[in-house]
Amino acid sequence: MTPQIAVFIVLAAVAVAGAVSLIFQRHPIHSALSLIVVMVALAGLYLLQGAEFIAAVQIIVYGGAIMVLFIFVIMLLNAGEEERTNVSRMALVGVPLGVVFLVEVAYGVGHATLHMGGAVAEAVSTRDLSSLLFREYVFPFELTSFLILIALLGALVLARREDSD
Amino acid sequence: MVPTSYYLVLSAVLFGLGVVAFVFKRNIITIFMSIELMLNAVNLAFVAFSRALGQLQGQVFVFFVIVVAAAEAAVGLAIIILIHRNRQTLNVEQVNSLKD
Repeated sequence: MTPQIAVFIVLAAVAVAGAVSLIFQRHPIHSALSLIVVMVALAGLYLLQGAEFIAAVQIIVYGGAIMVLFIFVIMLLNAGEEERTNVSRMALVGVPLGVVFLVEVAYGVGHATLHMGGAVAEAVSTRDLSSLLFREYVFPFELTSFLILIALLGALVLARREDSD
Repeated sequence: MVPTSYYLVLSAVLFGLGVVAFVFKRNIITIFMSIELMLNAVNLAFVAFSRALGQLQGQVFVFFVIVVAAAEAAVGLAIIILIHRNRQTLNVEQVNSLKD
């Protein structure tokens, strides 16, 4: 077992444990903290694959901005524990189907990638990524700034109190 | 070097757990978090393919997915605040006026 695979197994176990914890925690703030664990583990996996820029963005944007927004809203709305309700009967059908789907995906992926090998990735740097982003994808990149602006205005309009104007 | 299939299986497992959380959770904020979990699983598959094929486009798409997720989180959480203000609840089973 190479060190990379050992690191992968540890990070993957942390990520899956965080995702399972997200499901089983009853309080939203505990679920949010579990999701932060998943995101940090995924950032480690990006580093393991040589995607340093994506790992940094994952920590800063996901772990920093988005999850702080979630925790802020949970605290603002004073969200309590979710009450236990009876599970829908469809779950009896859905859970076995989901397990079958996962096994099938794992089986198919394990076989499909055997034919894909050979293309060994050369070491890529953030500089290559930025030149690709600002040359070939500069138009979509500029469009995302409009998207952020519109989302900002939309959030402002939605969350504004009706009686304030 | 970790085989690409390991990353893809992990991505599928995380996506499946996100779907399970989406279906089983009752709190609307937690449901929204499970969507973020699914987006993260897809990002992992993007980066894994990007490395396996030796191309950087996958990482550019991950960047765009993260940007869209940030915009989605801002608007979605504003909608959640609005639902809480109008219905005084975060339980999705009590937000069912379309069904009745």
